[in-house]
Amino acid sequence: MAKIQIFGSLRDLFSGHDVVELDVSNLRQLLIKLPQLYPECAPEIAEGVSVSIDGKIINDAWFTPIRPDSEVVVLPRIVGG
Amino acid sequence: MSAQTKQFKVIGQRLQRPDGIDKVTGRARYGADIDAAGMLHGKILRSPHAHARILSIDTSAAEQLNGVMAVITRADFPTPHKGFEDVQDNCMAGDRVLYDGHAVAAVAATSKHIAKQAIKLIKVQYQVLPHVTDVEQAIQPDAPVVHSGLVSRRVPKGFSENVVRYSSFGHGNIETGFKAADAVLERTYKTEATHQGYIEPHACMASMGLDNRADMWVCTQGHFWIRNMCAGVMAMESASLRVTASEIGGGFGGKTTVFIEPVVLALAKKSGRAVKMVMTREEVLRATGPTVSTMMHVKVGMNKAGRITAAYAKLFYQAGAYKQATVDFGAMPAFAPYALENVKTEGLDVITNRPRTASYRAPGAPPACFAAESAIDELCQELGLDPMEVRLINAAKGGTKSSYGPTFEDHGLIQCLEAAKAHPHWQAPLEINQGRGLAAGFWFNFGGETCVSVFLNNDGSVTVTEGNPDIGGSRASISMMVAEELGIPYEQVRTTVTDTGSLGPNEPTHGSRVTFAVGLAAIKSARAIIDEIRARLARMWEVDVTDVVWQDGAAHYTGNKAGTFEPLDLRQVADIANNLGGPIAGHHEANAEGAGVSFGVHIADTEVDPETGFTSVKRYTVIQDAGKAIQPDYVEGQLQGGAVQGIGWALNEEYVYGEDGCLQNTGFLDYRIPVASDLPMIDTVIVEVPNPGHPFGVRGVGETPIVPPLAAIANAVSRACGKRQVDLPMSPPKVLASMQKA
Repeated sequence: MAKIQIFGSLRDLFSGHDVVELDVSNLRQLLIKLPQLYPECAPEIAEGVSVSIDGKIINDAWFTPIRPDSEVVVLPRIVGG
Repeated sequence: MSAQTKQFKVIGQRLQRPDGIDKVTGRARYGADIDAAGMLHGKILRSPHAHARILSIDTSAAEQLNGVMAVITRADFPTPHKGFEDVQDNCMAGDRVLYDGHAVAAVAATSKHIAKQAIKLIKVQYQVLPHVTDVEQAIQPDAPVVHSGLVSRRVPKGFSENVVRYSSFGHGNIETGFKAADAVLERTYKTEATHQGYIEPHACMASMGLDNRADMWVCTQGHFWIRNMCAGVMAMESASLRVTASEIGGGFGGKTTVFIEPVVLALAKKSGRAVKMVMTREEVLRATGPTVSTMMHVKVGMNKAGRITAAYAKLFYQAGAYKQATVDFGAMPAFAPYALENVKTEGLDVITNRPRTASYRAPGAPPACFAAESAIDELCQELGLDPMEVRLINAAKGGTKSSYGPTFEDHGLIQCLEAAKAHPHWQAPLEINQGRGLAAGFWFNFGGETCVSVFLNNDGSVTVTEGNPDIGGSRASISMMVAEELGIPYEQVRTTVTDTGSLGPNEPTHGSRVTFAVGLAAIKSARAIIDEIRARLARMWEVDVTDVVWQDGAAHYTGNKAGTFEPLDLRQVADIANNLGGPIAGHHEANAEGAGVSFGVHIADTEVDPETGFTSVKRYTVIQDAGKAIQPDYVEGQLQGGAVQGIGWALNEEYVYGEDGCLQNTGFLDYRIPVASDLPMIDTVIVEVPNPGHPFGVRGVGETPIVPPLAAIANAVSRACGKRQVDLPMSPPKVLASMQKA
């Protein structure tokens, strides 16, 4: 089970949890399962998020692997200038 | 072979920039240089009010003026595609104007003069509404509301409806951390909005046929995004619009979105002619960019050993007239350089009657860094600690849990701090009225959607086709990476930036992504060429493909018939390519992931005139981790450019609004960016801690250098004049007033 870390204000969308455990093996599965289990986060996920997987910011690549011991952090969508 | 051990032949050299001669001779074609036969000239009528309801627009007199071929208002725009409503509203106002300079109507005429005359003939009836432009006033419960109903559910109570978003980050328990501190400092900091200040104003030309298919030439950081946004605003299919990017005279984030482009398309559609529009500097300042203005509350605790025990920041970012997420990118990196057990940041997005803010190099990070690094510097003074040692004690490393969540991979912050400490600048004596400031800064970097094609030409030269306008020297660095991979001279490769009809989608030149992501795709394209050559030669030599290797720019047979086949270089392969099956090309399309984070450390010396409060920058040094500098001249240019823009933000640049909510300083005489004579040479040190996510170790370098300067200069000025500076820009009257305070 991958441990998804939820920080700060996002916790409100995940029933107050700071860690959510999910049986997922890639980013696509994560982005499907999160709103299924926590419907309140659906608008944020739909709007677009970045996900840090083992320290790398991933914006869209669905098939980025998530290992059971991966560090996964859901973040606002990273932009740049 | 890892990037750390690889011996490069091309990478790392200071080779000639391919666009240099064109730019110094005037041959390069910028946005305003593009013309077409029978072209019309477009002009926009802009709101003179900060906030008003549009009661009526009478365009009849303008339409009757000889030479006017089209007049448009919002009524001429279709219902936009979902998600582009705000973009359309910002390009052309609907029933309300939301800021001084908001577009209200536009004309296309046979000359610029006639277009200007026609604009004056358009009669608009306004009902002026209450306005708010200041972030502190905008959050008050009784402030005039810019948009109703936008407040997201997580925004805390007690503010006006202008506070539309809330985010927070952090870990640990800050209250516990503050109790463990020997000194706790609380301050409120402010920064004013600045503009990206690109030399070249926005310009574009477009034509549209009766079949609604259109072509556009535009000065932009990302023509694929311009296409997508125009298609969204004009309710078109993207394939119906082909966009070509001109050379670009600066963007810095401000040219990643549309302002005039959909308006020009609408004029072209209505007139049936090609239409060109070039913004004036006044229009650029009133209606494009700028960055946020801010109010930031910061609290930091530190013990006598210099360990930061807790850090907290509450950031209010004024985002202009539409909802933005910039404040998140202040809240996340504010304390990112430090390994902290207890940290919390909160970000609140505030809308006002100002132009919609646009990205500006590391959007959101410089103000937050100013506040955080100023507080740390002041605590160092209070506790009698060396600011360099304090930063070394607290510095984040590989394996550190960052203040915004993820655990860092290896990066170069410690190496940058060590390099700064060892630099002669850090030890140089200071004179009277001078002070030295230090600051560290961070930016995320990312990759994104990228397509590259590489072609082997008939003579063995190589063409690289990519889709990102060259802002910081990417044509040179992409050519160098392809030359390195193919083992051929740099001069044998030419990289061109192609139009949206010739390549798949590309994210803009933003996010410090191009050398990393486009470079990665170019390397993989070159590898595809090598693999194709190996396969074809194996077939010709009737050997196993695994026995054909590409080394030093040639194919070699390494099997047990060694000596049977002479090596073939790229030109020899090109000569027989058709015999071997036809042209040889490689391409790579990917969502490039694996960008490495970037840290920088800046040292600034300033001198403050005690009579006038005027600050002069005496010496400035930038130290930054580039992963691997492909072309060091360009990397140094990025470091210097970012530092100069940050110095301007710290000392000179600000949007000044009058009581009427209108911008008062709409030209470069009154909005003062630093010029060469204002500054010393910006010294640079490139640190190279390779990014494992790139074959050559590249990290983006474009954004981080604007993050620390606000703080570095503020710390230097504070130490020079003996008064802590908390309000940017540090204009002479402000600094003088602070010095005269008891």
